[in-house]
Amino acid sequence: MKVLIIGCGRVGSTVAKRLAAEGWEVTAVDEKEGALSRLGEDWTGGFVVGHGMDTDVLREAGVDDAEAVVVATDGDNTNIVIGQVAQKRFGIDCTVVRILDPARAEFYRQRGLRTVCPTSTAIDVLTDAVRSCEIRREPEATPA
Amino acid sequence: MYVLIAGGGKAGANVMRTLLRNGHEATLIEQDRERFERLEREFEHQAMLGDATEIYVLEKAGIRRPPDLVLALTGDDEDNMVICQLAKEKYGVGKVIARVNDPRNQAHFDLLGISPTVCATSSILGLVEHEVPEHELVHLLELRKENLEIVEVQIDKGSPVAGKKVESLPLPEGARLISVMRDGRSEIAVGSTELQPGDQVLAILQPGKEDELRRVLLKA
Repeated sequence: MKVLIIGCGRVGSTVAKRLAAEGWEVTAVDEKEGALSRLGEDWTGGFVVGHGMDTDVLREAGVDDAEAVVVATDGDNTNIVIGQVAQKRFGIDCTVVRILDPARAEFYRQRGLRTVCPTSTAIDVLTDAVRSCEIRREPEATPA
Repeated sequence: MYVLIAGGGKAGANVMRTLLRNGHEATLIEQDRERFERLEREFEHQAMLGDATEIYVLEKAGIRRPPDLVLALTGDDEDNMVICQLAKEKYGVGKVIARVNDPRNQAHFDLLGISPTVCATSSILGLVEHEVPEHELVHLLELRKENLEIVEVQIDKGSPVAGKKVESLPLPEGARLISVMRDGRSEIAVGSTELQPGDQVLAILQPGKEDELRRVLLKA
């Protein structure tokens, strides 16, 4: 099974390595050539330097026979557009898009895009973490 | 008319100025603080600081009313696409106009159903084609929805089709001649129309058939 990872930063590169370890054929795409180093010296998957908005770059990375695409560049709107191109133009149903802004993530989720919003997740996790703290209250001082 | 403009560069600011002068109501959103401060001096409360792809910014600017027209004129194509999608599909704005900064992104605008679009670079390229004689085939119009385009070809003396009738031409599949202009007069091209040197021919064709058409009409 073949997957494209668009945006090879901290998130993209780690997703790439995990999926590769699980047997996926992975090709990462990033504008910066230096991003390749994030994949580690023993990286055997593909790597294409270029912008994910460029369909020639997507083709070079093998979008035509990919089963899945993960879009995780550092720009929300860039991810939104690339995700829709992968889904609508190349017909890849399993297109997963990172969107940091919860409002846009929700809007595009309703429109059928598989969006992942790390901000919403962080909000939930942080709130739950506070709730689960056992806070010992100091006994209120009683007036003498 | 109420118009919402995203992007306060030269295009956005000039459109804003003209709309206000003509008595329309308009709001201009700009995300760069320095540029916003200049715009605010001119447009006062009608200029707004913020990222027009953020839903709360759009709502503060009155997108819920909704505006009669939204113009996405930022220098970023992805931003312009998202602004148009939000305007049309979330808030029911009837008409949007988008600026395309990089002509290579035109296909993405089309894919997302964003129309009309304006691309200065494409317009300039079209004019250049008109001026440069090497471009024997001039693109006049792209019918994107129909996946067709209209081109203009000048029939030269050395052309293999000079003196031939349209019905005898080995035109490629997916290409037809529309009209022939001769001595300033234009006629619909029919089977019996005979081509002559100096004719300006309009043809309609599927994109990608240009080379085949060029071979038939121009190359001996």
